[in-house]
Parts: sequence; C-alpha cells; structure tokens
Amino acid sequence: MIYDMKPEDIIGEYKEVTLQLYRSIARKILYTEIETPYPDGKLIVSTTDPDGVITHVNQSFIDMSGYMEEELVGAPHSILRHPDMPPAAFKDLWDTVKKGEKWQGFVKNLRKDGGYYWVKATVIPNVRNGKVVGYTSVRRKPSRTKVEECIKLYPTLF
Amino acid sequence: MAFMFTVSPDFTPDHLSGWYIFNTWLQKQTGEGIHLEMYDDFNSQRQAIKDDKVDLIYANPFDAAMLVREKGFLPLVKADGTADEAIIAVNADNKVEDVAHLSPGVKVAYTDDPDVKMMGMIMLEPGDLDATNIVPVISDTYVLVAKHLLKGEADVGIFLAEAYDDLSSVIKKQLRILVRSQISVIHHALMIGPNLQHKREEIQQMLLNMNNEDKGQGVLKSLGFSGWGKVDDEEMEFMIDLMDTLVM
Ligand SMILES: Cc1cc2nc3c(=O)[nH]c(=O)nc-3n(C[C@H](O)[C@H](O)[C@H](O)COP(=O)(O)O)c2cc1C
Repeated sequence: MIYDMKPEDIIGEYKEVTLQLYRSIARKILYTEIETPYPDGKLIVSTTDPDGVITHVNQSFIDMSGYMEEELVGAPHSILRHPDMPPAAFKDLWDTVKKGEKWQGFVKNLRKDGGYYWVKATVIPNVRNGKVVGYTSVRRKPSRTKVEECIKLYPTLF
Repeated sequence: MAFMFTVSPDFTPDHLSGWYIFNTWLQKQTGEGIHLEMYDDFNSQRQAIKDDKVDLIYANPFDAAMLVREKGFLPLVKADGTADEAIIAVNADNKVEDVAHLSPGVKVAYTDDPDVKMMGMIMLEPGDLDATNIVPVISDTYVLVAKHLLKGEADVGIFLAEAYDDLSSVIKKQLRILVRSQISVIHHALMIGPNLQHKREEIQQMLLNMNNEDKGQGVLKSLGFSGWGKVDDEEMEFMIDLMDTLVM
C-alpha cells in the first residue's frame, strides 16, 4: 500500500504537490530541500515483483528511505518517487527492463521525512528458469558532476 | 578418473597448504579421487573451466556468474562470516580526504583480483574516475599495492579489506583508508560442477558438519575459516544478479 505523506513525518519546511502515479494512484507528496548524502562504500538494494511491488530491501535502503521495512515490503516502488524526477526517466526504465535489458540512470529519491538523496541506479530483470520473476535495483554513490548535470537536465524533460 | 578441484587464484597464499589439507580430508570423506590443481592466474584457470576440466571450485563472485549460467555449476557453501569487501587507501601524508577530491590521471594500484578491482572502481566513481582516466599500477599482491603507496609510485590503492587488515601495523600506520565497502552480500563460494552433482547433497552435508568434528575443525583452521554455511540456489542467483548490476 502507498499512503499520502503526513505533515508529522516531515522534517523542515515543505512544499505540497499531488503526484499521479501508475494505476491511477494519486499521492499527496510533502517535500523539502534537505539532501541526505549517499553513504560511502554502501550499496542500496531492492527487489520487486514483475509489477514493481517491493519484495526485498537491504538495511541501507531502509536507512536512506526513512521508512521501516514493514512499510516498504508490499508497497509499489513509486513510494520513493520524487516530484523533480521526469516521468520519461521511469518510462525508459520500464521499457528497457521489459525488453530484458539492463537500465542505468541517476535518480533523485524521496525520503519519508520529505528530504531527498541522489543515487546512480542499475535495474536488471531477475531471470529464473527462463522467466522474469522480478527486478533488482542496486544503487551506488553518484558523482557530483553527474548529479549537477541531471539537476540542469531533468526540468527540461517534463 | 579423478575429479578436479581448484581454488580461485585470489586466495591468500598463507592458506595454500590449507587447501591441500582440505582436499585430503575431502577425498577421505567422499571416497572419491579428487585432484587439487592450483592455477597461478585467472586466465589459465578460466581456460580450464572453459575446457570442462573443473568439477569443484572455490570461486570468486566474479566467476560464479559464468560458472552457474554457462557451465551448470551449483553452489555448496561459503565460509562463515566472510564477505568480500574492498578498501580504497592512500598514503597517510596524502592531503586528499574524499574520493571526490581525486583527479583524472591519478595512479591507482590494484591486483588482478576481479571482484575487488570492480568494487574499488565503483568506490572511485563518485570522483568521476573510471578505467579511461586513471593510470593503472598493476601489482602482484596486496603487499605490493601497499608498497607502491608508501614509495609514492601510486596515489591510491585498491585492497581486499581482509588483506588490508592483515598488513603489518608498521605499514598500516603509513596508510589511510578513504572508503571501506560495506556490501556484505558478495562472497566466495565452493561450487560443484555437473559431473559431481549427484554427490551435491552428501558433500554439502559433510561440509556443514565439518566444524562439529575434531579433524574437520583442524582442517578449517588451516584454511582460516570457522565453518561453512549453506548457500542455496536463490542466494547464489541473487548474488549473480547483484554482480551483474555492478559490471557497468
Ligand atoms: C527494481 C526497481 C527499482 C526501482 N527503484 C526506484 C526508485 O528508487 N525510485 C523511484 O522513484 N522509482 C523506482 N522504480 C520505478 C517505480 O516502479 C516507478 O515506475 C516510478 O517511481 C514512477 O512511478 P509510476 O510508475 O507510478 O508513475 C523502480 C522500479 C524497479 C522495477
């Protein structure tokens, strides 16, 4: 399940917007300008079912997202969808992995507390006995130069 | 015909005799003729795998993908409490505090250990460094990686974390860690090839029981392990998927 964000969870001054997510889910987003730096040396890992519903997260994922494991597993992965991310990026992600290929990109993710963090993400299909049973994403620390490029580029893609 | 057992060439040389002792133990337990073949480098070992000569292998995570997906190998066990982690270190005198402060043209010392090099290069990425803009200083051992840093022949060293931690305190005092990976799910594994797979469960059980018997405990000690833990098919598939996301 995915709920509207609640003011009591937010740290700092926030803006409000309603995002239209896949499958007509509308979600109220509360977001701040507070960035959490990517932790050195760690990987943020999650796995989803074929529909993008989270089935597994590692500890770094939990720590960086600000959610509890119980809130994440069973939720659509768009629980992290930040309003500054252009929809075209995720269309490209899904088009690529549905072809059975690997997708890579820079993503600004939304935290439960309204803040954000940048990652360099790779998504691959999990093939078992010739069938796609889900997808895995591994994020690593992005270079600041690449992030700055995306900060300029992404607003032009809406 | 004896089965052939081999060990990834990135094992620590201190445990060379340990693998021979382990192989003797394994032959006694299984009643099979198993010949241990040690290769000096990754290329000659890979060739042997390609030629279907290998039946049992203590494989590094990099080779595991190929072994499972192209050669039909299955996982048996991993050493308890071990994970492959990498360290980025510099000379203690180096002013650099963060990988982001390194610049293209930086001299990077590493060994040909493929997963450690990969993890190291990932940790250099936040500094906009990649294979195209670093100067490699290829080193035979991690001790030599350290020496290159001490002599100023390299600016940055990529180490297997275990190997770094094992360096003498005199050397470590002259080095400084910039980043230590905490990935925890990438590890070596003992894997079994198609010709021996009818014995998979039996061998797996023997290995899991190894630390419960006196002889077994001694053999484990000579390998530097406390015991073996089971690796099931899905855990191995997950690790392979994860490695797959990291190779680009
Ligand atoms: C394995 C996997 C990981 C994903 N990781 C993220 C993520 O970290 N952040 C994000 O916003 N979307 C991620 N997505 C994409 C979301 O499923 C979703 O498409 C996106 O958030 C846009 O929302 P929408 O498709 O509902 O419009 C991931 C998808 C997959 C399959």
